[in-house]
Amino acid sequence: MGLLRELVGKLMRHARLVRNVSLGIENLLLHKLRSFLTMLGVVFGVGSVVAMLAVGEGASKEALEQIRKLGSNNLIITAVKSMEDETTGTTRSFMSIYGLTYEDHRRLSETMKTIKKTVPVKLVRKEGFVKARNLELRVVGTTPIWFDLVQRPLIAGRVLIGSDVDEQAPVAVLTEYGARRLLATENTIGQTLRIGSDAFKIVGIVKSEGGEAANIQLPDQQVDAYIPIDVARVYYGDISFRRTSGSSEREMVELHQIIVQVDRIENVEATAKAIEGMLKRFHKRKDYIINVPLALLKQAEATKRTFNIVLGSIACISLLVGGIGIMNIMLASVTERTREIGIRRAIGAKKKQIITQFLIETVVLSTIGGIVGIGLGVLIPSLITYFAGMPTVITLWGIMVPLFISGGIGVIFGLYPAARAAEVDPIVALRHE
Amino acid sequence: MNKFEPSRSHEDIVRLEDAYKIYQMGRQEVSALAGVTISFKRGSFWAIMGPSGSGKSTMMNILGCLDRLTKGSYFLEGHDVSTLEDDALSEFRLRHLGFIFQSFNLIPQLTVQRNIELPLYYLGWDSTRSAERARELAFKVGLEARLDHRPAELSGGQMQRVAVARALANDPQILFADEPTGNLDTKTGEQIMELLVELNHQGKTIIVVTHESHIAAHAQKRLYMKDGIIERIGGETDETRQVS
Repeated sequence: MGLLRELVGKLMRHARLVRNVSLGIENLLLHKLRSFLTMLGVVFGVGSVVAMLAVGEGASKEALEQIRKLGSNNLIITAVKSMEDETTGTTRSFMSIYGLTYEDHRRLSETMKTIKKTVPVKLVRKEGFVKARNLELRVVGTTPIWFDLVQRPLIAGRVLIGSDVDEQAPVAVLTEYGARRLLATENTIGQTLRIGSDAFKIVGIVKSEGGEAANIQLPDQQVDAYIPIDVARVYYGDISFRRTSGSSEREMVELHQIIVQVDRIENVEATAKAIEGMLKRFHKRKDYIINVPLALLKQAEATKRTFNIVLGSIACISLLVGGIGIMNIMLASVTERTREIGIRRAIGAKKKQIITQFLIETVVLSTIGGIVGIGLGVLIPSLITYFAGMPTVITLWGIMVPLFISGGIGVIFGLYPAARAAEVDPIVALRHE
Repeated sequence: MNKFEPSRSHEDIVRLEDAYKIYQMGRQEVSALAGVTISFKRGSFWAIMGPSGSGKSTMMNILGCLDRLTKGSYFLEGHDVSTLEDDALSEFRLRHLGFIFQSFNLIPQLTVQRNIELPLYYLGWDSTRSAERARELAFKVGLEARLDHRPAELSGGQMQRVAVARALANDPQILFADEPTGNLDTKTGEQIMELLVELNHQGKTIIVVTHESHIAAHAQKRLYMKDGIIERIGGETDETRQVS
């Protein structure tokens, strides 16, 4: 019985709240334009908070996605022509020699405990043919480990395996893009790919990403063809020609890239430092760069945090302005309704009930403003995505928080006017004209 | 100082004992009530009279639990209300008192029905029951056809009748009327007074504050105030008892 009574009591209080809210809404509807204008501040405030969160979330999701493509445990060491060579190379030397060496790769894979896997990458630009179709390929001489470190879905066939390397088998793995450009058929595996004058058997097709992630070139490109590294070395050697405007130049590069996988994420930065130290000892010039996706990830997050704080403060200021707007109008409303307050008090309304009445009005006002603002805040990011191509993500969290904030604003900025209303002296109020 | 020894009978619904209300006006102290002792019997009809500044409004505010005494005691329905806090006073007004004002004091944005329902809302009645009660009361004051109107659409007399209906909603023991006919023409004023007399006959204690003697004539007893004290009390037949 007690439980039933409690339940009924709870229901009654609930009904009372509903009634109070509907009375509040009725009162606000008496001054539609005023209520609407008062609400606008919160609408824009909440709208900007929601939009800001969506843009921030979108940016961070994109960054995370990109870092994931690079592999957060990976370090990417890329050969670069150092600046001195770039300016003086053609005149001074007959051939520029730079980049990573087979020896570098051996040392890295054998000496460092925190390094789990390493993969050497040798790049050659060659034209590839399948029957009459051709495509400018980036021939990637590598080992099967490549496919562990640069994880892309396998579309057909298989990736490179140990025996390909051991036997120096002339096999190639194409990318989905390359396969489509060269073959335009479903049945691609087993066909012959000619690279320059050499024939390779196509054994598999993988997806490829291409492009950049967080300002690092992704290790794979759409026009890749993966072949065993020793095959590349034997077929193409270490020397290549590069045609620059007018003159041609010879380069000798053993390895263009070494990708390293570190055992644990905590060791990534230390390992990067150790590699840097080691390479410095064996390279006279700095003809390599070490990219640390994890560091970029951290940097991206720090940037995002700063970005969010700046945008967040601006949005908060507009919310504050909205709140002050509400408070201002509510104070005016209290003055305007002094007599009503007096009547209610004379009839027997307690101060608490007067406070509740006015507080409900402000909370209703700010919450409706908040809901409209959320609508606006959902619309703006989709426009940003549509027109500026920036990714935006709206999370449940990014909607609930501003909604509660707008309700909170109603309470905070409503309390003072409501308290003022409750302090109205009924005797004076009843004489108020 | 003049004193009317209150008869300490339980029939007394209102009893003031040596009541003072002192206002601070700058550096000066002004006694709006300067030691008033009086009791009203249950079911009586009193008129409080006096020139402006005599303390009759203060008297009304004190009796109506809208204000508190500076000194002295006030017993209402046997409770000492002079010691009550604001919330408890509100509760007392809500449960035991009804008010009628000179300027009607209806809430303009609410319909007649909602105005009448107002005390019931604070009493926590549900809407169906309040609506029923409001209809009943509107019928009693002859305004059942106007329930959905807003105060601005009514005449002065009608507005005052709505106010009477509202004052009756909580079924109060005492009805206070502060110059209830002040904003009405003579004929409508008379109608309102007749309504009050009828309510008095039904057992309500009624206290009217007025400065018009023809209004006061409806009351059984008249209390004349001057400078914060009771000057004299007039009986039903208007024979007056001069106070020393």
